[in-house]
Amino acid sequence: MNEMTARLRRRPGRRPVRPTDAPCDGTRGRGSADAARRHSMVGMAVLLVGLAMGGLSSPGVAQSGTPRAADRVIRLATTTSTENSGLLAALLPVFEKQHGYGVRVVSVGTGAALRIGANGDADLVLVHARAAEDRFVAEGHGVDRRDVMYNDFLIVGPRSDPAQVRGARDAVASLRAIAARGARFVSRGDESGTHQMELALWKSAGVSPKGAGYASAGRGMGEVLTMASELQGYTLTDRGTWAAMKSRLDLEVLVEGDPALANPYGIIAVNPARHPHVNAAGARALMDWLTSAEGQRRIAAFKVGGETLFFPQAKAR
Amino acid sequence: MDLIEPTREAIARLVALDAPLWQVIWTSIRVALLALLVAAPLAIGAGFVLATTRFPGRRVLIVLLQSLLAFPTVVVGLLLYLLLSRRGPLGAWELLFTPEAMVIGQAVIAFPIICAFALAAVQAADPRLFETARLLGARPLRAGLTTLREVRFALVAAVLSGFGRVISEVGCALMVGGNIAGLTRTIPTAIALETSKGAFTEGIALGIVLMIVALGINALLSLCQGHGGWMQGMRG
Repeated sequence: MNEMTARLRRRPGRRPVRPTDAPCDGTRGRGSADAARRHSMVGMAVLLVGLAMGGLSSPGVAQSGTPRAADRVIRLATTTSTENSGLLAALLPVFEKQHGYGVRVVSVGTGAALRIGANGDADLVLVHARAAEDRFVAEGHGVDRRDVMYNDFLIVGPRSDPAQVRGARDAVASLRAIAARGARFVSRGDESGTHQMELALWKSAGVSPKGAGYASAGRGMGEVLTMASELQGYTLTDRGTWAAMKSRLDLEVLVEGDPALANPYGIIAVNPARHPHVNAAGARALMDWLTSAEGQRRIAAFKVGGETLFFPQAKAR
Repeated sequence: MDLIEPTREAIARLVALDAPLWQVIWTSIRVALLALLVAAPLAIGAGFVLATTRFPGRRVLIVLLQSLLAFPTVVVGLLLYLLLSRRGPLGAWELLFTPEAMVIGQAVIAFPIICAFALAAVQAADPRLFETARLLGARPLRAGLTTLREVRFALVAAVLSGFGRVISEVGCALMVGGNIAGLTRTIPTAIALETSKGAFTEGIALGIVLMIVALGINALLSLCQGHGGWMQGMRG
């Protein structure tokens, strides 16, 4: 609940629906005997309308539907790991305060975030799947891709470690051992950056994952970690989500430190030439800030349980 | 995990006027009520027409309406998403990921429920009511309103069913709202988020909050029903 901070700018609301039809008002012109009850019903309907309408001018929610005044609002489509780890909740309020923007975050898998960007439904994307990012730029959906930060993926699994991969440094060989043993492996299965990394590793291992042990969950990182813990299976996770959730899980880190497990995050502005309505200036401001000395310092300073989750990687500009 | 701890947490947060929590509650209530304001008059009108008139294709329409009760909300969300996306036909409206988009989605979800219940209510009413009103000189519209007034107990029940469906709905709200903190996060989408983070206690606490909110709104709307239910029962 902590990250539910209302971080949006306040502004008077537009009123999209007028209370022309009160639901219970079908009673005009009745006999006077019914008047009292009629009035109470009409009053109730009016009260409900007022209640509903009043909300549109309440702070924090009122700025909805003022897209033409939207140059102070930035729409960021990003992955679940940046939001669920608490990183964005630590960074964005600082940026908003310094630059006077409001940032609206939609957090989904990398695949979905890139699709939202390609459709012009966001101003910029912060994702982690280098191949898909390059394709996004090559296809003209995005411009000005920049490195922001990196961390790494881990293979986590049950303490019993049936495939005996504990302490291994070679991720590909570990996956091969898990498959050979027929051990349970829970996959994101949602085209997220983590899923794309997993598929690349399976490909390197020369194994096509399937069979009873392989569960394709189609869910976010948090849910998949919970499932792996319940099913006592292996899974591939980013370090950020793992650190935020490990106290609630019956799993442990088994494989880490393989260079193949590097997890770089990139930020890309949605191409304003293709989507003229996007807030290109706002997107640029946020990208500049995240890759600035201060933004990079704050990324490095963000810790969960004393552990650094993201390492700055932006090149000096 | 027990239920006492989450319950205590839920009540503590409500009493402490936890701002983000109240924001989420307020978004839920506001969106659901606006959706009902849009859907209910149309749905009740359509239900009345379906119940009282005869035209070719009416049976098909009723079967279709009743099948729509089983329509997954996530599909409503997906269709609406495709319509409202920048790439979609209504992209210029710039409504995707706003509360307005959620209002539209929930109105679409509530419509078949309220309409089907209204249809059943009017069909169950004594047809002589309408005829008598007409004989006493009422115009068709007046006579129709008289009928609706007589079955208002069932109509409010219809609206309450619609409310129950939309306030607890997660698929469409998540898809067209985007679960944006402080803007489009509702109680059910917040529960989905907490659950995805493995924060089950917070999830249950929010579930309890939803129950409390639903109880309050239902009590309020029940006042609309008045004493119609049992008074009519005693008269009849």
